[in-house]
Amino acid sequence: MRKKLSLIYFTAPIAALALFALATLVLAGEAPQRNVILSTTTSTQDTGLLDVLVPLFEKQTGYSVKTISVGTGQALALAAKGDADVALVHAPTLEKQYVADRKLMNRRLVMYNDFVIVGPKEDPARVASVKKAVEALKLIEKAGARFVSRGDNSGTHILEKTLWKQAGIDAKGAWYIESGQGMGATLGIANERNAYALADRATYLAFTKRLVLAVLLEGDKPLLNIYSVMEVNPAGGPRINAAGGKAFADFMVAPATQAAIKSFGREKFGRPLFVPVAGMKEENLGE
Amino acid sequence: MALIWDGIVTAFSLVFGGDAEVWSITWLSLKVSGLATTISLVVGIPLGILLAMTRFPGRSLAVALVNTGMGLPPVVVGLFVSIFLWRSGPLGFLDLIYSPAAMVIAQVVIAFPIVAGLTLTSFQTLNPNLGLQLLGIGASKPQLLWLLCKEARLPLLAAVMAGFGGVISEVGASMMVGGNIRGQTRVLTTATVLESGKGNFDIAIALGLILLALSFAVNFLLTHIQQREQIRWPKPS
Amino acid sequence: MAETLLSLRDIAVRHGEVTVLRLSRLDVERGEILAIIGPNGAGKSTLLRVMGMLQQPSAGIIHFRGEEVGRDNALLMRRRTASVFQEPLLLNASVYENAALGLKLRGLGRAEIRERLHPWLERLRISNLASRRVRTLSGGELQRTSLTRALALDPELLLLDEPFSALDPPTRESLLIDLREILNQTGVTTVFVTHDRHEAFMLGSRIGVLREGRLLQVGPGLEVFTRPLDESVAEIVGADTRIPALVESSANGVARVRFDGGVAEAMGAFNAGARVILCLRPEDIILSRETGAPRDAERPNRLRVKVLKIIPSTLHYRLALQCRGSQLSALITRSAFMNLGVNVGDDLIASFNPAAVHIIPIRKQ
Repeated sequence: MRKKLSLIYFTAPIAALALFALATLVLAGEAPQRNVILSTTTSTQDTGLLDVLVPLFEKQTGYSVKTISVGTGQALALAAKGDADVALVHAPTLEKQYVADRKLMNRRLVMYNDFVIVGPKEDPARVASVKKAVEALKLIEKAGARFVSRGDNSGTHILEKTLWKQAGIDAKGAWYIESGQGMGATLGIANERNAYALADRATYLAFTKRLVLAVLLEGDKPLLNIYSVMEVNPAGGPRINAAGGKAFADFMVAPATQAAIKSFGREKFGRPLFVPVAGMKEENLGE
Repeated sequence: MALIWDGIVTAFSLVFGGDAEVWSITWLSLKVSGLATTISLVVGIPLGILLAMTRFPGRSLAVALVNTGMGLPPVVVGLFVSIFLWRSGPLGFLDLIYSPAAMVIAQVVIAFPIVAGLTLTSFQTLNPNLGLQLLGIGASKPQLLWLLCKEARLPLLAAVMAGFGGVISEVGASMMVGGNIRGQTRVLTTATVLESGKGNFDIAIALGLILLALSFAVNFLLTHIQQREQIRWPKPS
Repeated sequence: MAETLLSLRDIAVRHGEVTVLRLSRLDVERGEILAIIGPNGAGKSTLLRVMGMLQQPSAGIIHFRGEEVGRDNALLMRRRTASVFQEPLLLNASVYENAALGLKLRGLGRAEIRERLHPWLERLRISNLASRRVRTLSGGELQRTSLTRALALDPELLLLDEPFSALDPPTRESLLIDLREILNQTGVTTVFVTHDRHEAFMLGSRIGVLREGRLLQVGPGLEVFTRPLDESVAEIVGADTRIPALVESSANGVARVRFDGGVAEAMGAFNAGARVILCLRPEDIILSRETGAPRDAERPNRLRVKVLKIIPSTLHYRLALQCRGSQLSALITRSAFMNLGVNVGDDLIASFNPAAVHIIPIRKQ
């Protein structure tokens, strides 16, 4: 049929646009300046801390927070592009780079938790016999015991790579498994394969019921997982809510918030998950 | 197996226990995907009919594009829509990123080629002279379109169901453009990923079951309309 | 006092580079049944679509009852006509629903539809099928439904495009008879297209001959069939004997023409020396056996022929005949054939009435 049904086809896109406009109205949020976009990591979000702190912040200030939890790399990249207003991550080396590049600014310590090396209870590589993380990794590699890595350039993965480097080991081979996934999934794989892994304590605690892995090494200073908050440089892009970002960062280091952080985790895990360290010097942590 | 049973039990307690968060997540899923599907129908069906019934230079290219669009990976769509909607992007001034509207946009991009492509083939199953004959007994152009749609309603409703199914179940695009923000852009699929990532498999399974039930309910309704043979007409005396 | 229902002027339909239809003038009179015949690809369907306002011509003007048909009144005009095509093209619904569709599209209520539809269902003999779904019907029943759908609209103009071509002969016969009766009773103006000239002759009050997009001749059936204007028309209407000839003399309304094989006399006035085509319908040739001694003097309209081919059919026998350099085609009844006792190779006498001889002048291009 060679009929031109042009009238209908002109009205259809118009109708679609109208519907879309309606949709936007129906589903629209508040005015942009009331929105603060916080970029953080999945593991931070998974601890549940933000589920407590963010509503507190919103009530106090009237801002509406959009928490975007993605991988560390993406969280920092988004913030650097100006697609977030404030970042809360735990990858000090990377963070310092971004600050040096003036993409992010006003880096302030917020809290830390720590990493632990977990593994099968039998501990075939005898990790529990040493106190230092680097030593433990050397033992694992020597024994050829399986190790599951995040493999995703997250804060955890970056720390892990630093430790391997310090141990002078190029981690490769059948015993070294890169999951490319989040902490929970990585622990799950380690659990299934009776392998060792480097995990943040919070995630380990959250998963502990499902795991037969035990904590074999803890307390070594390099294993500190330090969280900092950084504001996005308003010169970095259009529409950055600098005031909102600053307000959130200020909130994270405020005494009341720090107190809330200190007590977080007690009911759920039996012990607090984080140590609030706002205002302290990084070198002094863990003492 | 215990895991699945846990999931079923959790699902019931969440739904019938009136867990507000689960209900709001479910409602948002329905709103976003429902709206996206509706817009896709408004755009996609006329496009499909146009491609089926007219000939113009470049038509085969357009059809090939539509067919390619039918298989677009949602996560790629999400990435591209994000690039546009980010503050740093050309449409950043609309402030749509990380909002349900952004999810609707991404889902429309996913669904409308499906709807258009299947509408195209459904109209191609019709006799090419049928339209002429209907005009020949006095149908106006809008009446003609309506009659052809009714005549092709079997494959056409399949197009609707495919469009809806494609977006209610997708997670990649919703995650990227929506951000899975609690209370704002968290839908059943993204919530399922979140919960299983946290290790809460019972909740994850529960959410998955709710999603399945939702999808089934919608498709049941559409199938009922599709398969209905009798149109209400008086029996001649 | 014939009122012109539809008038077409300077119509041209172009499909890209090709001109599919070109008509300078055609009028459809109210109450007539105009049959359009022609070979495949002649443009008959295109003409019908243009008449039904289903296709806009590339050029030309159409008037429906004096009012010009344009973009703004196209739908209203179209709704005064009804078209039926070769395929029944029904919707997936019941017979009743399909037949009622045209009325429903015009916004009639259920009661009114029922009232108008029932007599037509009766007339087309499908009342008992009303609630049957169309998927279960035979070809003839489907076409009856399609016709009911069109006729129930009481259209001012009914357009039929080869409505019976796809049906088997007995079904076609039965439908033709029913249709003829209906058309005669209701007097609805009808234009119908067919490639079957017998159907055209049977149903049509006027016949139009179309070939390669051009209307070659239009007029009362008998006239078109017995007095084709040119060779093309003669071929289409089945005036199968066409012999090139020369006009010897023409006086007192009688013309004498010579051809390779003999001489013929016909009615009419022609220029002596003009080249013409001698044209005869097969049924107008009378065959007999030579009686008595053969006469050498040639007689007009009486030829010695040899039987080349015999082609039997149910009611008639068609014979291909050779008369020196000319070929003739004759159609005789079976009984005549039997009485003659003809075989291939026989010598016969073919004779014809001067009134049956049709002379076609050859137009210099």
